[in-house]
Formats: sequence, structure tokens, C-alpha cells
Amino acid sequence: MISRRDFLQVGMAASALVGASGFGNWARLAAQQRLTQDQLLEFETFGNVSLIHVTDIHAQLKPLYFREPSVNIGVGENKGAVPHVTGADFRRLYGIEDGSPNHYALSSGDFSALAQAYGRIGGLDRMATVINAIRADRPDAILLDGGDTWHGSYTCLKTDGQDMVNVMNAMQPDAMTFHWEFTLGSDRVAEIVEGLPFAALGQNIFDAEWDEPAELFKPYKMFERGGTKIAVIGQAFPYMPIANPGWMFPEYSFGIRDENMAAMVEEVRAAGAECVVVLSHNGFDVDKKMANVVPGIDVILSGHTHDALPEPVLVGETIILPSGSNGKFVTRCDLDIRDGRMMGYRTKLIPLFSDVIEPDAEVAALIDAQRAPYEAEMSEVIGQTDSLLYRRGNFNGTWDDVICDALLSERDAEIALSPGVRWGPSLIPGQDITREDIFGVTSMTYGKAYRTEFTGEFLKVVLEDVADNIFNPDPYYQQGGDMVRTGGLGYRIDVSKPQGERISNMTSLSTGEAIDPARSYIVAGWASVNEDTEGPQIWDVVENHIAKLGTVTVSENNSVEVVGV
Amino acid sequence: MELTRRKILAIGSGTVAFATLSGLPAFASLTDDAIAAFTGGAETGEGAITLTAPEIAENGNTVPIEVSAPGATEITLFAAGNPVPNVATFKFGPLSASRSASTRIRLATTQDVIAVAKMEDGSFQMTKANVKVTIGGCGG
Repeated sequence: MISRRDFLQVGMAASALVGASGFGNWARLAAQQRLTQDQLLEFETFGNVSLIHVTDIHAQLKPLYFREPSVNIGVGENKGAVPHVTGADFRRLYGIEDGSPNHYALSSGDFSALAQAYGRIGGLDRMATVINAIRADRPDAILLDGGDTWHGSYTCLKTDGQDMVNVMNAMQPDAMTFHWEFTLGSDRVAEIVEGLPFAALGQNIFDAEWDEPAELFKPYKMFERGGTKIAVIGQAFPYMPIANPGWMFPEYSFGIRDENMAAMVEEVRAAGAECVVVLSHNGFDVDKKMANVVPGIDVILSGHTHDALPEPVLVGETIILPSGSNGKFVTRCDLDIRDGRMMGYRTKLIPLFSDVIEPDAEVAALIDAQRAPYEAEMSEVIGQTDSLLYRRGNFNGTWDDVICDALLSERDAEIALSPGVRWGPSLIPGQDITREDIFGVTSMTYGKAYRTEFTGEFLKVVLEDVADNIFNPDPYYQQGGDMVRTGGLGYRIDVSKPQGERISNMTSLSTGEAIDPARSYIVAGWASVNEDTEGPQIWDVVENHIAKLGTVTVSENNSVEVVGV
Repeated sequence: MELTRRKILAIGSGTVAFATLSGLPAFASLTDDAIAAFTGGAETGEGAITLTAPEIAENGNTVPIEVSAPGATEITLFAAGNPVPNVATFKFGPLSASRSASTRIRLATTQDVIAVAKMEDGSFQMTKANVKVTIGGCGG
């Protein structure tokens, strides 16, 4: 008899084969101008159940450029483990050729040149085409949205998420979980969720007053597909009221709640589920730990930390599939569910090359309809860029440098702080910067740019605290963002040290002097979780700054020295 | 602009964490004393007591804590980083259907919450959970 483990190994091999047929050949195919939609979609249907996973779209309806990180440090047991492998190391690990389409889609390095060659990625009309093609193969495929869908663009902010709700509903998802959605405020979330034609899931969304499961969100949904029963358990972002303003959704409490997750797995197994899928917004390292702690999960569809991996990661007998961000990818995961268990799998991470995949006409028209009322104001050109503008990376990105410079000059501050979020499309050298582009890296419901005074001592406390949210060796204490970006302030960070000992050599970049713990500094920042924050909206601050500059040029930023890696 | 406590909490993080650095050693010995007072200095075992607490507190002023120890006659909770470590003692009679309790406690800073159970045979079981009190960065 073949054990479950053997079957999983077979599944891995099958998955690797798909990887080989897709990945190894793409560079050559592209060189021959033969990269086609059929090749991107090529997939030998497997088993009896298909899952389709999209996540962290951040309201990016249209194709975009999005540079993956070059710095993504893992700590503790995750040191050197995916997704903490970047650039050329990542390509060697997965056998991806330099200069190939997958180099461009999945890793950093030569981004601007490759972006010129391969064009934009994503767009929900392309996503619709891929989803429809998978459904043509497997009509009862389960489409799952990992959340961070109703946030991140001009039109999403102006319509309180309605543009995304309209477009996603057209694609008929089966279930969804949540994070930034809650920053629309709990009344608006309730209004949308009550009308959703699919399941709104989160086993860890609780009522804050009584610490009981919240009524509006169900922990899981059972699906009868392919002659078997599949349970999909939702896992919302655990640290919502800590990383985002809790006053916007005071009725709710979150947390990882892995004891309750284990109870839900037992409950769905007892109810006849032969396969347990977790639709997660934990972040990748948290998902890995949860797979170790909670027995009985077959598949974790992983979101939040915006990682895209061409093959699943196996933890025990659980496969974890992270599907990237900003609408760049769709994951197809075929499962063989028999005799009460998952016997094998075959997966493919499909990059949505927008020049290769035909847009779905119906969804394209729907997207245009959402955008039409705002097209004139958001397409206005504010300036140009000479530099690649991107955000992803643990310590700084050129877009953040522009935002910090805007805060320093427009708010007349000595030091600027900008949140280490992972969303926001990139711009390549020579592009116009439109108002929509600025909203792409700043839009949120709590975007006011504050101006205040911090002592040097308190600045260190802030940096230490944020650093511990990223580099705490226990993933359950990681919130999944990147380090707060600083303008006018340089420092040294030892990621291997505990909280309180990581940050040193804090220096004022304007004077070259060490930061004085006792002195007060004028600090400008944005995205405070404080309810009564005052100041202009960050997108106005950035727009004024770029309009004055005309053309943006960002020089290399060496203000953060990283050690202990 | 003068920073109120609420604003400091909201802006970045860590005043709380900062307080820990100087405060913890003194509080830790206070906690050791308090535990010794409960156990009479007896050795404590592990495994027969479960403490459920959030990894990171959403609000340090009201942190939900749940403790369960089948066969316990008393369970005491300690907050090692609070000025006064003793939080609560729950007593169970022979007819208690379950030897578990849940409550909410205030935590001054990142610290260990410790639960010690006195069992029916007079032995003691102990477990702890580290609860981080932070204001956090910004998630992806």
C-alpha cells in the first residue's frame, strides 16, 4: 500500500514537472515570440477537485508593474528559507533562467529592463480569463479570495470599496477572508458583507465584548465538489487592531487563535470533510508555524506577506501556497481526494502577463465602468520619474524615499516616518506619475500626515518596537509588514538581537550628528492608528512635492546598515 | 504638541516596552515570591494545565485569558510584569463540572502571564504564556 506521504511525494514530483514545462521553457518561448496564453494556462487536470486562489489584490483593477523585493530577511528557523530568498538566489533555487519571464514576474534584479520587455502584469480582466479557463477544465472549481481586496487604489478609496466588490462579484468567488477591508470601518464592512453572494470567513474574527465568534463571519464553509466534501476555514489577519486603527472596528477582536483553528478542523472532519483547506491572511511564516501546531490541515492558501512561490512548501503533510499580490498571479491547485484524505496534488502559479492573456470582455467593461467617473481626475499627470519607483523590501524602497522627502519638505520636519506596508505598484524610469499612481502607494482611510515632536529616546523605542514586529524569531509575534521607512534618519540594525538591542548608531542625516536621546525632533509621518490625527492627506503632500520637482530622481539610499543577517 | 499617553500608544509603540527594561527584574522577583507563597515553595510540574492567551494583546488594558487544569482545586494567575503580580485565584469544589476559568486582565507591558494550579493530590502544576503589549507597525 502506498502511504499518504508517498502520495504527497508523487504530488510534489507532479508539481515539479508542471514547473519544468512552464518555467524552464518560457525564456526561450518568449525569445521566439511564442509565449502564449495556452502555455501560461497549460495544465494537465489532476484528481477530482480544483482550488483557485487569488489574494492581496489591493484594488489593482488594471495591469501594473510590481517589483518583488531584493531584501527579505528571515530570522530564527526561517533564516534562509523561502520566501526569505531573493533575486538570483531565488532563481537558482527554482531553476529560473536569468532574463526569463519568471525572473521578471517572481524575483528582483534588472527590473526596469525586463519590465520594458515583458510589459505589465495583472489586471482583473486577465484574471477573469484565467479563472474562466480553469472553470472550463473543472466547472466546479472553488475560487477563494484571501483578502486585502477592497483597499489600495483611487477608485477603491472614492467608492468605499464598491468598485472591487462589483468586479470581484462578477468573478463569482466561493469564499473570502479579510484584512484591510476592516479599515473601511465596521459599518461599511457589515453593509458589504451582508450583501455578498459568497461566504465571508474568519474563524478568528470574534466579538470584542464577549470574546465569542462574530455572527457576521462564519468560521468555515463546506463544499461538495468532485464527489467529496471539502471544508474551507477562513483565517483573517490576526493583528488587525494592532497594525491598523482598532477604533475603526471596535466591535471585533482577532488573534491567531490556533486552539480554535484546531477545534474547527476537528469539527469539519467530524462533519465529513475529506479535505481541509485554510484560506489564510496570516502571512507565510505564521502559516508555516500554524501548520506545525494545528494537525489535520491539507492545504493553506497563504496571503498577507505578498510572497509568490512557484511551488508549494510542504510542512508535515500540509502544503502551503502563497499566491503573490497586486493581482499578479492566480494559483491553480488540483487535488486528488479519495478514501477520506488528500492523496496528491498538482499546482501552478500562473503569472498574468497582460500582453499575453486576452482580457475577458465582460469584466474589462465592468472595470471601465467603475473607473469612468474618476478617469479625468486620476489620470492627471503630476510629474515624471527618472528612477524606478518601488516599495517592497525590508528597509526602504524608492517610492518611500520620495514620500519621506515629501514629508520632510512639505511638512518642514527634521525626520520623516512612513509605514512599512507591502502594497503599491512600481513605476519604471521614464514614466509619467499620475494622481492614480500616487494613490496607488498612499491611499487609505487614515492617511493624514501628522507633524509632532519625538525625543531621540522615543524614536529609538519606535524603531525597536517595529523591528520586533518583523524580526522576532517566533513567527506568531510577527505582524507581516516591513520596517518603518525613515527620512532624515540613518541607523544600524542587528536583526539577530532581541528587542531593545537591535537599533544603534541613530544619526541625523541633515547634520551628520548622532541622535540625542534627550533632544526633541520634529517628526512628520502618516498612517497613524490614532483616532484624532490631524494634518493634510498624505497623497496631497506627495502630489505637491512631485509637482514642485517636476521630475523625480531618487539616489541610492544607504542610510540603514543591516547586520546580523 | 504635547503627547498624551493615548497618542504615544497610537503613534509608534513602545513606551510600554521601554518601561519593561527597567521594571521587569524587580517585578520578576515579586512574582517568584508570590508563587512561592501560593505553593509553599513546592516543586511545580508541567503539562496538566493549559493557559490560553493572545500572543500580542489588542488592548493591554483588557487581555482575555483562559486557564484550564482538570483535577485542580485552585488556580492562581500571576502577571509577572505588573506592579502587583497576583491577578486572581479560582477555587473549585468536588462538584465543579470543569476546572477552568476565563477572565480579562490588565497588563502594564510585555510580560509573562503565569498560571499555577493546586491539584487534588496537593501537587502543583505551572504554565506560562508571553503576552506582548505593543502598538505595532503596519501590516502588509
